[in-house]
Amino acid sequence: MSTLTQVGEIVLMNLRSIPQRAGASTVIVVGIAGVVAVLVAMLSMSAGLERTLSATGSMDRAVVLRGGSNGELSSFLDRASSTLIEQDPSIARNGDGLPIASRELIVITEVPRKGQQNGTNVTLRGVEPMGFTLRSELRVIQGRRPRPGIRELIVGHSAQKQFDGLDIGARLQFRGSDWYIVGVFSTNGDAHESELWADAEAVQSAFQRTGYSSVLAQLTSRDAFDAMRARLSADPTLTVDVEREQDYFSKQSRTLTSLITWLAGIITVIMGFGALFGALNTMYSAVSSRTAEIGTLRALGFGALPVVASVMAEALILAGAGGLLGAVLAYALFNGYSVSTLGSNFTQVAFDFAVTPALVLLGLASALFIGFLGGLLPALRAARLPVTEALRGA
Amino acid sequence: MKYFQLIWTALFRKKLRTLFTLLSLSAAFLLIGLLQAVTSLFAGSVDFLGADRLIVQARTSFTQSLPMRMLPQIEMLPGISRVNHSQFFGGQFQDSRQPFPQFVVNPQRLFDTYPEWVIDKDQRANFISTQDGAIVGRLLAERSGWKVGDIVPLNSFIWLKADGSRVWEWRVVGIFDGKNQEWKDRTQLMYLNYGQFEEARPLRAKGLAGVFVVRLKHPEDSQRVSDMIDAKFENSVDETKTQNEQEFQLGFIKQFGDIGFMMNLISAAVIFTILILTGYTMSQAVRERIPELAVLKCLGFTDNLVLWLVLAEALLLCAIGAGIGMGLSTMLTTALPAEFPPLRTDGRVWLFAATTVVGLALAVGLPPALRAKRLKIVDALAGR
Repeated sequence: MSTLTQVGEIVLMNLRSIPQRAGASTVIVVGIAGVVAVLVAMLSMSAGLERTLSATGSMDRAVVLRGGSNGELSSFLDRASSTLIEQDPSIARNGDGLPIASRELIVITEVPRKGQQNGTNVTLRGVEPMGFTLRSELRVIQGRRPRPGIRELIVGHSAQKQFDGLDIGARLQFRGSDWYIVGVFSTNGDAHESELWADAEAVQSAFQRTGYSSVLAQLTSRDAFDAMRARLSADPTLTVDVEREQDYFSKQSRTLTSLITWLAGIITVIMGFGALFGALNTMYSAVSSRTAEIGTLRALGFGALPVVASVMAEALILAGAGGLLGAVLAYALFNGYSVSTLGSNFTQVAFDFAVTPALVLLGLASALFIGFLGGLLPALRAARLPVTEALRGA
Repeated sequence: MKYFQLIWTALFRKKLRTLFTLLSLSAAFLLIGLLQAVTSLFAGSVDFLGADRLIVQARTSFTQSLPMRMLPQIEMLPGISRVNHSQFFGGQFQDSRQPFPQFVVNPQRLFDTYPEWVIDKDQRANFISTQDGAIVGRLLAERSGWKVGDIVPLNSFIWLKADGSRVWEWRVVGIFDGKNQEWKDRTQLMYLNYGQFEEARPLRAKGLAGVFVVRLKHPEDSQRVSDMIDAKFENSVDETKTQNEQEFQLGFIKQFGDIGFMMNLISAAVIFTILILTGYTMSQAVRERIPELAVLKCLGFTDNLVLWLVLAEALLLCAIGAGIGMGLSTMLTTALPAEFPPLRTDGRVWLFAATTVVGLALAVGLPPALRAKRLKIVDALAGR
């Protein structure tokens, strides 16, 4: 028999005998499933956050903020500059010849999470009527838009799910003024869905603000952006930063996702070590329970390589099963699970855990890696067993 | 105790297997130690904050500043000993790699509301009299190498000067410390004098105070005084929300989401995994020794004694593994450089680990122990 046929035969024979070692095999499967489940679950959190934030905005729209501010919250544009910005020739105009742009004002309000007493920070965004038509992805899914100048709110779909008391008809109090919720909007699950929106001027009057935080504008074409940025940055009467809307929001998720990725890495490595020693135990005991069998095979003329292959195949298959189980568990328990955390504007961003195919592959790869390491030493030991001793079943 | 040698020998009967099991137990408990230290940081770090201090914030959000005119209105209420105002400055020194908080306060009122801070008398006087003065916590000063007399430029991402610039220069006039270890650990912040802040702000921002820090005469008045303050400003433009300092800090932390829940979830996954791993090792160890256990019984060991021997072996295994893991975790958290959050593998974490060890030992030890107890000598010796 060629070595290859030997490998095939012996691997199959070994795999068929796994059920006899069910107890030991469970250890490797469960150990690795635990590692993979935690790894995939944690990374699906950062994947979900990244998906939400990078889905926000479009490359055809530009955001203008005050120069040097790292987000809308710390940006301030007075009336004069915001009006000037809207006149830029790169900004598209509608049928009436008006610029398709919305001057927006961000303030932070507190709304409690569902089932909690204490308020968490939620963005209240004042938008101009153009802000609704400008965002083509925006759909009013319940009720209607707030009327200009009136203290009415439309709430994001995610915000309504995460926070308490945001149903249509409900009343919220900000700074001694009453606001009524008149609608719910969806923007395809992006970051705006965690916000409350109202008319910009109504927000200005209630919060005693005179200016705006940002200007969002529709570009005449995608390529018009560079010209607009050059023009506004060069204007001596303005100090502004101009960014494509999508770039602006993608940038916001970076710190948080890299933090989560780091944490997931540390936890996985430590847990991986734990599982590795479990796998070593399992495979050593698998080898020792097969001592007589291996001795017989060697006596019959099977080489060392097929024996190594059979042990490695067992380790890898069990590890793979563990990895799959872990990934399935993470998917079943966490995919689509909604949470919210503190985002860049110091307000809550709601997002769903996203168990992506890439994460499942990563989980499987780590499982196989642990299985490989856990199988290697026991496999070598099996290959080195002296035939005579092994036959005695020592 | 006289059986210790017996248990010890039984445990290391198969050295390699026990070693691997111990190593996975250690890895698991290292992780549990670290995760629970994080939970402790979020849940317990504010335990020691005085119950005699209240924070008054705008009801809408603590990022909305309350106006300065409210200070005397609050201070005249009965039961209050002193009030200070505090504005988060949001400054950044050079690169933002190691952010630290700064608060703009009234220097004269600071040490009345925070008697926990300790500072030299002259430095205190200088802080009061220097318009652009700042005092730096000892840990922060050591980390960044600032000395009295240095000028520290801070780039505020919130506050502009009237001329549109974001860079504010602050003169370090003092270094303050905490009165005990807990407060010494917290000296990673900076206080700025309200004088320069108010003068250089644009007109639209003048007169804003931030939040108010209220020191009570009697801590037990806390609820009554908070209700009184909130009632006073009800239905005004500047409605307030008053909480004691601990609630305020907890609310702040909860903004990040339920971190304790996540940490406990991962801990549970780790514990479950380790349960299966160790459980298998124990059951195998007992299965291999069945003839030996029968011999023990022949020698006159009672059924219950054999049960206890096996249970003790499981406990010893878990305790050694946990001890190594928790020891590592303690070493790691102690060795953490000052710029990391102050993680501590503290008493609560050790208690959590100890409980886990006992639970784990019972779960993995009881089934094989019961099996050992029920062994019939004849069957066991015959290998049936």
